[in-house]
Amino acid sequence: MGILVATVCIAVIGLLVGIALVNVGKKFAVEVNPKEAAVREVLPGNNCGACGHAGCDAMAAAIARGESPVNGCPVGGEPVAKQVAEIMGVEEVSSVKKVAYVRCYGTCGNAVSSVNYVGIKDCQAAVNSGLSNKDCAYGCLGLGTCVRACPFDAIHIVDGVARVDRKACKACGKCVIACPKHIIELLPDENQFAVRCANRDTGKNVKKVCSVGCIACHICEKQCEYDAVHVVNNISHIDYDKCQNCGKCAAKCPVKIIEQRFA
Amino acid sequence: MSATTFKGGVHPAEYKELSLGSPVEAYLPKGDLVFPLNQHIGAPAKPVVAKGDHVLAGQLIAEAGGFVSANIVSSVSGTVKAIENRTTISGGRADCIVIENDQKYELAPGVGTRRKAEDISDEIIINAVKAAGIVGMGGAGFPTHVKLMPKNKNDIKFVIANGCECEPYITCDDRLMQDHPRRIVDGLKLVLSLFDNAQGVVAIEDNKPQAIKTMQEICAGEPRISVQVVQTKYPEGGERNLISVISGRDLHLGQLPADVGSIVCNVASLNAIYDAVYKSTPLMERYFTISGDAVKNPKTVIAKIGTSASELVEAAGGLKDGATVKKVLCGGPMMGIAMGTLDVPIQKANNALTLMTTDPVEEAEKVQTACIRCGRCARVCPIHLVPQMMARDAENGDYEHYEKIYGLDCISCGSCSYVCPSKRPLMQTFKQAKAVIMARKKAEKAAAAAK
Repeated sequence: MGILVATVCIAVIGLLVGIALVNVGKKFAVEVNPKEAAVREVLPGNNCGACGHAGCDAMAAAIARGESPVNGCPVGGEPVAKQVAEIMGVEEVSSVKKVAYVRCYGTCGNAVSSVNYVGIKDCQAAVNSGLSNKDCAYGCLGLGTCVRACPFDAIHIVDGVARVDRKACKACGKCVIACPKHIIELLPDENQFAVRCANRDTGKNVKKVCSVGCIACHICEKQCEYDAVHVVNNISHIDYDKCQNCGKCAAKCPVKIIEQRFA
Repeated sequence: MSATTFKGGVHPAEYKELSLGSPVEAYLPKGDLVFPLNQHIGAPAKPVVAKGDHVLAGQLIAEAGGFVSANIVSSVSGTVKAIENRTTISGGRADCIVIENDQKYELAPGVGTRRKAEDISDEIIINAVKAAGIVGMGGAGFPTHVKLMPKNKNDIKFVIANGCECEPYITCDDRLMQDHPRRIVDGLKLVLSLFDNAQGVVAIEDNKPQAIKTMQEICAGEPRISVQVVQTKYPEGGERNLISVISGRDLHLGQLPADVGSIVCNVASLNAIYDAVYKSTPLMERYFTISGDAVKNPKTVIAKIGTSASELVEAAGGLKDGATVKKVLCGGPMMGIAMGTLDVPIQKANNALTLMTTDPVEEAEKVQTACIRCGRCARVCPIHLVPQMMARDAENGDYEHYEKIYGLDCISCGSCSYVCPSKRPLMQTFKQAKAVIMARKKAEKAAAAAK
């Protein structure tokens, strides 16, 4: 008998509380912009913060309010931008997919190393200590600060140099900020050629520290028919607005430091 | 007098005997001399010579680039070979003036002119120190003329001559006190003449009996100067600890010693002040120790500022036969900076090179384990911080909390790393955390200024 009374009591309390909760929920419901919820659904949900907002919720709210462009999510890229544009009812603004690129090819075999850095395995710590495993003052230290910064497991240290996995990279830009040597940059993914060196010394001094450093010979500059390649501060730069992917600069580069990123 | 000391600190093996016995000789450089323009705290100096100019020893080659900055003089006569970006002793790169030594050591006009004691006024002292480009020669490199011009002149109670030299291996201050006690005391008297209410204290660790004896003899007849023997403990010679020991007042973050009524000068700086004021000789050379178990004849030499470190190693007999150098430090083993190359010039504030056949950092890394929270680091921290908490914050990137527990007060003495049973790289962690926080603050300041 006792157990029956208890069961009924609990059931009745449960029912009453349930009804109360439903009513309270309806009465005090916070109005959410339906667009915001829909946008939040299509955003990737990594909460990486690459858009400049505090996570995907904040980004969705900003898009719904019209404060952020529909293609503001660098991680989602074009497919997400398309969906968001559809929800927001605006014409999609074309977005170029970008990927991070490490401008150094000073692998263990290529770069000269006369110092053995011991200490905290972090690039910033090595820079502060004034020591580096490589004689080149500009190159990748290979201690993996960018690897730890990447939320997508898209960058790894391969043979002493950071290398970006093009497919996994979402261009959130965290590695760009993390790198104390400032040698990671975001490039348009469709462009095939990139200069894999950041050494701003003159050719003679570059040769002393690395077998594959840009020696600022200006051959790439002369080869380019589209005025896209220029040597500034002893280092070759490709202007991706002008580059037509012809590959003549890469073919003639004497140190083969202009790289074709994917064949 | 019983030896006084502070709370905390460590007792590393001293190894002072290695270099103490050898006679001190002047070393004349063979190669080019290189003068980095940023060899002091504050704004870099501005070159006043151009490539191809002929300069004389003691001639001004770069003038102070701001209020907190120092002049740089050539330590030899010769030709300016280049003004270029080069690697400096700390591993960074800086603009340097390179001078080709003509081996004549011709002095610039006016250098060496003796001043009479009765001609000396406060203004003359400050101007002479400023012109001579004297900076704190114990390691920090703070411009001395700025140090001698505090706002609260009459509140200065102590002028401390720092002859502690608590860092292992280094013996240059010890030798200087034994060889030229009179100069140091005269330099101290010059500084004291600037501060009417101050008394002079020469602080020496009790492991330097010879230096204590000579200094006591010289100071016996000086009414305003006393010798204070302090306990041999690291980091006794740290500015903050020494002030606390001598004056009983503690220094906090952002304060200068003058704010608590003390001026601390290294004995080498006082020697340089004596030279600058009485003999019109700018800072051209200093006592410099080359030691370590990889060096053949560890010794102290009188080295010209700007001499290449590799030449000084040769001056000490080079490497021991069959020794392989694993670690080269600018300074001693506790606070010294690891060097990647010996092909760099020594600067005004450098006092030693230590070459070792073992790399303690490498050895420590092999056996490094997680923090066991034993609290030894907190017990030895000379400024009473809690390194284990600071390390946790620094490793987690919680810099806000790091600042909250006074992590920026850390003086990078390395006592915590020395005692850590888990061999954690605490000091390097803190150095990095401080660098990150300072960089952020600078960026915030720049952003605020841009608004």
